[in-house]
Amino acid sequence: MELLVASAIGILTAAGIYLMLRLRTFPVILGISLLTYAVNVFLFASGRLTVGAPPVLRDDMTVYADPLPQALVLTAIVISFGMTAVVVMIGLGAFLGSNDDHVDDQPAGSEDRT
Amino acid sequence: MSLFIIVALPFLGALLPGLMNQAGRAACAGVTFTVSLAAFIGLLTNLPAVLAGDVVMARVDWMPTLGLNFTLMLDGLGFFFALLILGIGLLIIAYARHYLSRNDNMGEFFTYLLLFQGAMVGIVLSDNILLLLVFWELTSLSSFLLIGYWKHLPEGRQGARMALTVTGMGGLAMIGGMLILGQIAGSYDLSVILQNRELIQADPLYLPALILILLGCFTKSAQFPFHFWLPHAMAAPTPVSAYLHSATMVKAGIFLMARMWPVLSGTPEWFVIVTTAGLVTMVLGAVIALFKHDLKALLAFSTVSHLGLITMLLGTGTAFGAMAAMFHILNHATFKAALFMSAGIVDHEAHTRDIRRLGGLRSLMPITFTIATLAALSMAGIPLLNGFLSKEMMLEEATHTVLFGSPWLVPALATFGSLFSAAYCFRLIGHTFLGPVRDDYPAKPHDPGAGLWLPPAFLVTLVVVIGVAPFLAEPFVKLVTASVLGDAAEVPKAYFKIWHGLVPALFMSIAAVVGGLLMMAIFNPALRLWDATPRPEAKTIFEAIVEAAAALAQRIILPLHNGSFTRYAAVGTVAIVGAGFYAWTTGTVGAPTRAIQPAGVVPVVGWALLVAATVALLFLHRNRFLALILIGIVGLMVSIGFVFFSAPDLAMTQFTVEVVTIILLLLALNFLPNSTPVESSVLRRVRDVTAAVAGGLATFALAFHYLLRDAVDTPISEFHLANSYKGGGGTNVVNVILVDFRGFDTYGEIIVLGIAALLIYALTETLLDGPVRARLLNRIPDQPRAGDMHPMMMVVLTRVIMPVVLMVGFYIFLRGHNEPGGGFIAGLIVSIGVVMQYMASGFSWASARLKYPYHGVIGAGVLVAGFTGIGSWFVSKPFLTSDFTYVRIPPFNEFELATAALFDVGVFLAVVGAVMLSLESFSRLARRAHTDDPDHPMDIDPSRNEDTTPDDAAKEGV
Repeated sequence: MELLVASAIGILTAAGIYLMLRLRTFPVILGISLLTYAVNVFLFASGRLTVGAPPVLRDDMTVYADPLPQALVLTAIVISFGMTAVVVMIGLGAFLGSNDDHVDDQPAGSEDRT
Repeated sequence: MSLFIIVALPFLGALLPGLMNQAGRAACAGVTFTVSLAAFIGLLTNLPAVLAGDVVMARVDWMPTLGLNFTLMLDGLGFFFALLILGIGLLIIAYARHYLSRNDNMGEFFTYLLLFQGAMVGIVLSDNILLLLVFWELTSLSSFLLIGYWKHLPEGRQGARMALTVTGMGGLAMIGGMLILGQIAGSYDLSVILQNRELIQADPLYLPALILILLGCFTKSAQFPFHFWLPHAMAAPTPVSAYLHSATMVKAGIFLMARMWPVLSGTPEWFVIVTTAGLVTMVLGAVIALFKHDLKALLAFSTVSHLGLITMLLGTGTAFGAMAAMFHILNHATFKAALFMSAGIVDHEAHTRDIRRLGGLRSLMPITFTIATLAALSMAGIPLLNGFLSKEMMLEEATHTVLFGSPWLVPALATFGSLFSAAYCFRLIGHTFLGPVRDDYPAKPHDPGAGLWLPPAFLVTLVVVIGVAPFLAEPFVKLVTASVLGDAAEVPKAYFKIWHGLVPALFMSIAAVVGGLLMMAIFNPALRLWDATPRPEAKTIFEAIVEAAAALAQRIILPLHNGSFTRYAAVGTVAIVGAGFYAWTTGTVGAPTRAIQPAGVVPVVGWALLVAATVALLFLHRNRFLALILIGIVGLMVSIGFVFFSAPDLAMTQFTVEVVTIILLLLALNFLPNSTPVESSVLRRVRDVTAAVAGGLATFALAFHYLLRDAVDTPISEFHLANSYKGGGGTNVVNVILVDFRGFDTYGEIIVLGIAALLIYALTETLLDGPVRARLLNRIPDQPRAGDMHPMMMVVLTRVIMPVVLMVGFYIFLRGHNEPGGGFIAGLIVSIGVVMQYMASGFSWASARLKYPYHGVIGAGVLVAGFTGIGSWFVSKPFLTSDFTYVRIPPFNEFELATAALFDVGVFLAVVGAVMLSLESFSRLARRAHTDDPDHPMDIDPSRNEDTTPDDAAKEGV
């Protein structure tokens, strides 16, 4: 199971990096989203993997999953929504302003403003 | 009144004028006046203690490990300056009320003024020098806002920027100097530093510390060669100039030199640097002032000159010099503030400050004439006015000062400076008020209402009273001098009197006044000579330096930052992987301590779905709608993974966030192109795949490595599990961590979330105000629009389901402390419920039924959370200490009441507000694009068929 989680993290990261290196805003945003998943799962996994023992106290339980990474990742998920929204807004504003959704500054002369 | 309250009052009061803006100008000025008056009275309540020679202290430890404590001290010197700052501040506020025009935003002005006032009071009352630095920088910042208050004037903006650059750089130097001083003395408290004169002056670092601190003082007090910012700061409204340049901002440097006098002065280095700088500034300022035609520029350079005079007196290092300096600060503040206000009156009534266009105002503005003349004669050093007394003391001191081995240098230059000083005062009176009445004033000058002339008249009364009866001011000035001198010297015995006998200072004074009159007689030829002489223009030099620095920075930065995000991301990825690889190969890797858990069918299927969706996304990402579906699958599988690995809270959060994120991206795709074109070369893609595979392998290896090993140290999680119920009163440990153990983190996070939402709102506003607006209005949607904009089934369903969603949200919220749930998740669920209304019934329909703006909801959330935290102060516990109890109200069972739940309400509100404000902003763009969105839901759009152009019809095969 550890292999599955670790490889999922690795694949998400690789896909995230590849898309982040694309030239248009939308795939870059997708790439950052994938990276966010990867990082969140990575952080979560730092509490090690526990099946069937959520950190909700019960009288008949003695072993629980690590609650601390969960709490940290919970806020990270919500914050990442805020950051995604900001990045999308910036990308959208740039596109609406210049009719161009490249993430890189375009060299002067090659501008294609239709 | 406690010193804390005196310092805090202007800062807290700064919130009020903006709020009172709607209530009118009188209310706005009134509330500012009241705040300053309260601080002023508070200061006066400490007068008996100061008169008794006590030092009033107030102390709160802030960061004791850094030596930074909130320590305030009030002695004679601090009292003197605070009195000037608050007293003249009151007059300025009254004056500004009548000076500012209706087009000026009064609330903004008074907010800046109070901020500045608070920072100044903070400087003069600080006992801790690090705290003093904080206030010092605050004066630079708030004076920047004040000087640039008239944002529409380019001179105002340039002047403000120049003032900030010069004083800010001086401030940086001073930070260095203060840190050195604190290191030498072993404490950052002034009261300790001032006791260590011998230790500090013997230290090899004394000279660097002295130079750095003096750089701060000289820039702030406009000493040569940093004097040039002050005249450019005159673009500010006159009340600002009167305040900053008579009693406050520029006196801060003087204050600090006086404050540090006992430890820094008396050495040859201090004497040479300070006396020379002061002397040069005094002469230079006086000469330039004579030839300025703008009344305020003339006064600005005269201020530079007088600051030089005071600096020179402090530089001599004698007790008499210090006393003369203190006396002159008092006198200069009174006559210069009155003169600035008079110049403002002339400008206000005659609509010009150009001396060449004025003259003959004596009979037209008799009151202003009287005030300005008395103040100017005092500045010129005419007997029976206060300026004469301190100037006489200055000349007296000059005759005893030997600089560079020459006993003549200082007296001669001092007389020369006084001569020009007298001349520009005579010019100010003569060319503005005397002479024939002209008929070409830009406006018809007459005396203003009492609101404008009463404040300067009050100051001139002081000028005359002190001038005629100097013995009234003597005890106070000597008290102040005593606290400047500290234990370093005795207060001089000399009495303040008008007639000292036939001493050299008297002859120098007479020479200066007679010379000044003669100078006036030959003014026109002198002016021609002055205009013909080439001089370096400080502003040009300053701008050249700034431009050179900017060009240098560009040469270094532009090759690195070429605007290619892709490049930064690639470099960043490779660097991080490289660093990780280095750590991996150089560290030691222990043996695995955990066994691999067997994977059942379900996890493998989930993994396969996740991987399949991710890989498909890589290949199909050019089709953007398909990409959204695929990334949705990825998110869903991650959520399910959280469920599987015992993290129900995370799963619920991830799932709900997924929903709002997809809605958000759909809204954005409405405007963005629907597909991504193929652009990058094969080589480039190979490069990117290499970087991606390297990054993926690295994270895989790292994750796999630690999943098989236990933590090196015992994790603190055990503590949370053990204390969640006992200390936090909840069984859902994740929620208890969020709202209790690590509540402060959560508090910061909801603030960040709120800021992100506000940022999105601001960006939308900016977009809709700019050229984008027209583009949106003319935009033709690239997809045929739905015939029924608000499908009836969806409208009915969402409205029926709304109460249920709210109910579920409420339930999830309440159970949060003990079962999976809580404020974050409940907030997201309720947001989705509201968003559904927007989607089904339309933007107009939904926003018309919205009672509270989302900004307010965010703010309320942060405030509720914050006040919950502050609540624990009332029981003397640190911020955000939680408490809970169990109550039983029949017929219900016993239930728990926890302050953490109230905190969670704040989290809930902030999340709802932030999510909704973001989504609403996006849909506002959409609304701008299709303004035909009607307020009526459940309609059929009849325009669809009419609008069908032949082209479209052909496409649809009609």
